[in-house]
Amino acid sequence: MWRKRFIAFILLLMGAGIGYFVYPSEGKTIALFGPLGDRPFKYGLDIEGGTELVYEADTTKIASGELRQTMEALRDVIERRVNLFGVSEPVVQTEEVNTLSGDPRQRLIVELPGVTDIKQAVELIGQTPLLEFKTERPEGEEKTKILEAYTKAQELLKNEEVADELKTAILNSIPLLNEDPNFLPTALNGSKLAKASIVFDSTTNEPKVLLTFTDEGRELFAAITKANVEKRVAIYLDGAVISAPVVREAILDGNAEISGGFNIQEAKELVGRLNSGALPVPISLLSTQTIGASLGEKALTSGVRAGLIGVLLVAVFLIFWYRLPGVVATVALAIYIALMLAVFKLIPVTLTAAGIAGFILSIGMAVDANVLIFERMKEELLKGKDITDAMHDGFERAWLSIRDSNVSSIISAVILFWFGTSLVKGFALTLGLGVLVSMFSAISITRMFLYALGTRGHSRLVKFLFSSGIK
Amino acid sequence: MFIIKYRKFFFILSGALTLVALLSLAIFSPWNFGIEFTGGTILEAGFPDGRPDAEELKGKLALLGWHGTMVQATGDDGYIIRTKDLTETERQALIAAVSNNAMTEIEERRFNSIGPTIGSELRSKVLWAMLTVILAIVLYIAFAFRHVSHPISSWVYGLVAIVALVHDVLIPTGVYVALGHYFIDVQIDVLFVTAILTILGFSVHDTIVVFDRTRENLKLRTWKEFDATVGHSIEQTIVRSVNTSFTVLLVILALYFVGGETTKNFALTLAIGIIAGTYSSIFLASPLLVAIEEWQRKREEKHARHRK
Repeated sequence: MWRKRFIAFILLLMGAGIGYFVYPSEGKTIALFGPLGDRPFKYGLDIEGGTELVYEADTTKIASGELRQTMEALRDVIERRVNLFGVSEPVVQTEEVNTLSGDPRQRLIVELPGVTDIKQAVELIGQTPLLEFKTERPEGEEKTKILEAYTKAQELLKNEEVADELKTAILNSIPLLNEDPNFLPTALNGSKLAKASIVFDSTTNEPKVLLTFTDEGRELFAAITKANVEKRVAIYLDGAVISAPVVREAILDGNAEISGGFNIQEAKELVGRLNSGALPVPISLLSTQTIGASLGEKALTSGVRAGLIGVLLVAVFLIFWYRLPGVVATVALAIYIALMLAVFKLIPVTLTAAGIAGFILSIGMAVDANVLIFERMKEELLKGKDITDAMHDGFERAWLSIRDSNVSSIISAVILFWFGTSLVKGFALTLGLGVLVSMFSAISITRMFLYALGTRGHSRLVKFLFSSGIK
Repeated sequence: MFIIKYRKFFFILSGALTLVALLSLAIFSPWNFGIEFTGGTILEAGFPDGRPDAEELKGKLALLGWHGTMVQATGDDGYIIRTKDLTETERQALIAAVSNNAMTEIEERRFNSIGPTIGSELRSKVLWAMLTVILAIVLYIAFAFRHVSHPISSWVYGLVAIVALVHDVLIPTGVYVALGHYFIDVQIDVLFVTAILTILGFSVHDTIVVFDRTRENLKLRTWKEFDATVGHSIEQTIVRSVNTSFTVLLVILALYFVGGETTKNFALTLAIGIIAGTYSSIFLASPLLVAIEEWQRKREEKHARHRK
């Protein structure tokens, strides 16, 4: 008995310790917990305020083997750009979205906490240059077809009898129009650029931009120029040709010059843009979301208040209805909440409004296990068993129900997490974690405390303490 | 047990409620989908110096010539504006129109613009998530109840749980769609879907607890008849069902009244769903087991007579 009491006491102490870790460590470092002491909660954009931009990358011209590498290069470039902006803890991530029909789409998600000026954010990312190298398309059937498609498209545009919307629809349905009749894409693009600098032409003094490739880029450029001697290699910037010089001989040193008739100002700007990273593939903005910090703060404070009031109501109900076991369940519930908050800090789980709702809901569900156990205990007591046996059987018999019902909740949470968008994911994660943690707190902790109380006998007081309801 | 005895009455009640929900879905179509599903823009703007007249604002927005633009007041000093999905230039035009060309000070509290592709992707994602959850749950229940395939097969438990689940999901959806017809911010959005998915989980959770007791009692063979076994199982678990739902409701009510605007509709949907879920686990699911067992028994008796 004393051993059980000792363990229960330790559990209580640990609960208080975790509570201490969760609460006062917010905003300041606690030396006692070492590196773990400095872990503030992580909030989602909807609470902290900020901007989320979703881009789609056009990877139709990228070989599937290089897709991953290209997306990573894209992410790095944008990340560098965003860091220039001075945003604290930006998140830039790529996402592959499987569509039911056709190829998966490549997305880039940029989260900028604290940035509420969308215009500035969009411009900043939009300024990232797209640099591509293309080689001449050989004469032949394909080229003729593309040129024919272009001629037809021009005729269509001139036709005034066709509505504009219909025109767009028709033009979008012709894949050949996405092809350049004169040039073919190559694997060399902005991700293989090491640096850009200004040089001046030795005879005309015209400013030029010198591109220096990475090792990989140098090899690619060498191969491209070797295969295209006496032909043109076009350099595209943001989808337009800026220069298409004729290759005199293979260039092996990994340098390329752009002489696009710049003035010094333009050349400087281009160099600046290229040096902060050039995009390997074109991207287009799909969606933007901004939440002002005031709205998010309101969501947080009201969420926390709702949680507190909810827990208080539940505690009052538990103690009123289940008396002594109710008190124990309330303590277990408090430990559950402290544990969950600690888990949120340690993983860390990004808390969104939906995530907080999921957590608040899991509080209600955590109580369910205790309700099942106590109802079962009461039944066993009514059958005339003594308190220890009733407790024992109560826990044992209730276990199957708890297991089956919680497994079904976990199944839902896992599937939601798997399929969901970020909002649903946050909810599914807190709910799923909540169910798992509550299985421990509501069963093990409650049992330990109830045994540690060591109530015995058949006195009226004991009977009162362990019965329930309004009787 | 009166619930088993008068089960026809409860079947009719559940059927009627489901029918009303279906009618609501039909009458109030097209449903008020959020921009996450349709694509579009939501702007929530605050006017610290007092908001302009709604008609005046609508007039200015009409000049932009975007169809389907809607305006609704929010809080003490703000408006929610919903329109098509916007490019960056169009967004600036919108801000200019709302702020009277920057003559009036406005606070851009929330701006969401979602392209149509994301919307259609989300629709299929949500559909798949729901179907997968349902399938996984049927399989799990059939598995968990595999030792009690007499007198009815363990698949029946799974299927009946799904019938209860459909009932529990349709009722709050019907109410929500009706509300969405009158209030533009009661939208079928990601949070609503989350609420429905939670109800899905809760409904099964609740049904399983009652079934579980039936399973135990069938194993113990305390009662000879199936309907008596089910009836007593309901009796033994009814306090638990009501108490659990009550605690969850307490928390949801707190969320509804003090949890802030974002989760208000979410809490409302959940509350309706949980009440429906508790009702169906007691008054619909278990009585259905009895009805199926009876139907099966009568059919077998008929077959037996034919064979003679």
